[in-house]
Formats: sequence, C-alpha cells, structure tokens
Amino acid sequence: MKKLFLPAAALLAVMFAYAPYAIDHAPYESTMGLVQKIFYFHVPSWMVMFTSALVCGSASAVYLFAGRPTADRVAQAAAELTVLFGTIGLITGPLWGRKAWGVWWQWDARLTSALVMWLIFVAYLLLRKYGGAGSEKLSAVVALFGMANVPFVYWSVNMWRTVHPKTTVVMTLQPEMGRPFLLCALAFMGLYGLLLAARVRLERRRAELETLFLAIED
Amino acid sequence: MTSKQEIDAVLPPRRRGGWRATVALVAALALAPIASASQQPPEPPAGFVPAGDLPAREQLPAAPLVIGAYAVAWLLVFGYLWSIWQRLGRVERELAEVSRRIEAGGRR
Repeated sequence: MKKLFLPAAALLAVMFAYAPYAIDHAPYESTMGLVQKIFYFHVPSWMVMFTSALVCGSASAVYLFAGRPTADRVAQAAAELTVLFGTIGLITGPLWGRKAWGVWWQWDARLTSALVMWLIFVAYLLLRKYGGAGSEKLSAVVALFGMANVPFVYWSVNMWRTVHPKTTVVMTLQPEMGRPFLLCALAFMGLYGLLLAARVRLERRRAELETLFLAIED
Repeated sequence: MTSKQEIDAVLPPRRRGGWRATVALVAALALAPIASASQQPPEPPAGFVPAGDLPAREQLPAAPLVIGAYAVAWLLVFGYLWSIWQRLGRVERELAEVSRRIEAGGRR
C-alpha cells in the first residue's frame, strides 16, 4: 500500500493540474453559461459522498455482525470523508443555484434529502467523539441509516418534482463536456481512495498506541 | 277591535322601498366580476425573459461564484489533508514516546 501511495498521489496531482485546463476548454452550457462549470467539481463530490456513505455503511455492517475492528476503522474514516465531500457539495451547489435558479437554497426533495444524509453522518461523527464507551456499535447503526438514504437522495430528482436537474444529465452529456467530467470524477475517486487510506492508517496507529498504553498499565 | 293606526304604532316602522334595495344588491353582485375585470392590471408578456437580456444591474456575475466554488473545494480538501497530517504526527510522536518508555522499562 505504501509503495502505491506516492505514484498514485503523483498521478492525482497531474490529473488535478490538468483539470482546470480541461474544464476551461469544455463548451459553455447554452442557458447557464459560465456558472455551469461548477458542475465539474459539484457532481464528482456528490459521487464520492455517495460512495463513501456506502463504504461506511457496509463496513459498519461488517463490524456489527462480524465484530472486526478493521471494519470499524474503515467506517470511521469513511464517515469523515462523507461529511467532507458532502460539505463540498453543499457549498458548491448553492453557489451554482444562486445564479441558475436565483436562490441559494430550495427546500425541495433533492436538496433536503441530501442535507439530511449529511446531517446523519455528522451525527455519526459526534457520536464517535462524545458518545463514550460503546459508541462504536451505536454509531455503526447510525451509519446503516445513513447508507439507506443513498438511493433516496440519488433517485429523489426522478421521483419527485424538484428544481434540481435529473440524474440523466450526466449520461446525456456531449463528449466535449463528458471528457472533463470523467477526468474530474476519476480524480475525485482517486483522491477519495488516498484520503481513505491515510485516514485508516491514522486509526490503525491509534489502535496500536492504545494497545501499547494497555501493555504499560498491565 | 283595534284600529289599523293602533297596530302600526305597536309594530316597528315598515321599510318603504325594500324591493328596490334588493334589486340594487343583486345587480351589484352580478356586475361585480365585470367591474373588477375591467380594473385588473394588464397581463405580463407571455414566456420568459432570457437572462442575457436583463439589464446589467440585474445580472449576477458568474465568475466569482465559480471561483468561490473551486476555492472552497480545494480549501476543504487541503484543510482535511493538513488535519490528517497533524493527527498522524501527534500519534506517531506518542507511539515513539511509549515505545521508548517500554524499552527503558524492559532494560531495568
């Protein structure tokens, strides 16, 4: 893993360095114009948030039913990243919406459900930090609820009437827009992988430290 | 027997011309929608005004929003990276300290 970390980080740096050029050269959307360029970071951040919520929920399920501490570490790391990328999505979205819709926020199905999902993972982190002994299992259950939200948030734009564009937008992008989007989506996924690896390492080292402290006490 | 004048004195005074008031009320009610329709403001033009056609003072510049969005994204990612770096560094220092104490204890 350590051997892969540096080459992967270098590749990501190249991808992110090239991304502004690719985004700049992508054609302007006919009705929204320049502000639509937020799309190239906004949508990948939500894609990563959904992935991270699924990773957190799955790892929590493994921890709950199999009791593996490694799964708990992965879940904790993924929960933090879910909140991080959710925050990026929740900030970049209103910046786009202010120009495209004329309002910063709209309490419609997509925006509200996304906010609720983000709040669930914030609750997970607060529970981990202040919940005391046994909060691991309780927070794992919270993560399962968070994961269950993912399909609702994703399909909310197709199921209910909302100001937010539908999920089909990504699939129907013209190639000149699709290529920079794909680059950004891959770069975001790669970044997520690296951050997750680093965060899991932090939890592993903490667990080792705890073991050493217990050894000293004995 | 009581005379008609005596009965009129006991009963409340009869309204004269009541039917005229009723006819006026019905006519007013019937004509009200027509009157109100004639007072309505003129209908706005059909369809939307393209954002590009709006006067400059009503247009919101997109560049600060785009730059703000990308800046926030990078700021959050780098802030998080820095936070991991800091936390990992603290744990590594503590690990080294505890290992040193264990080794020192083992030598005694």
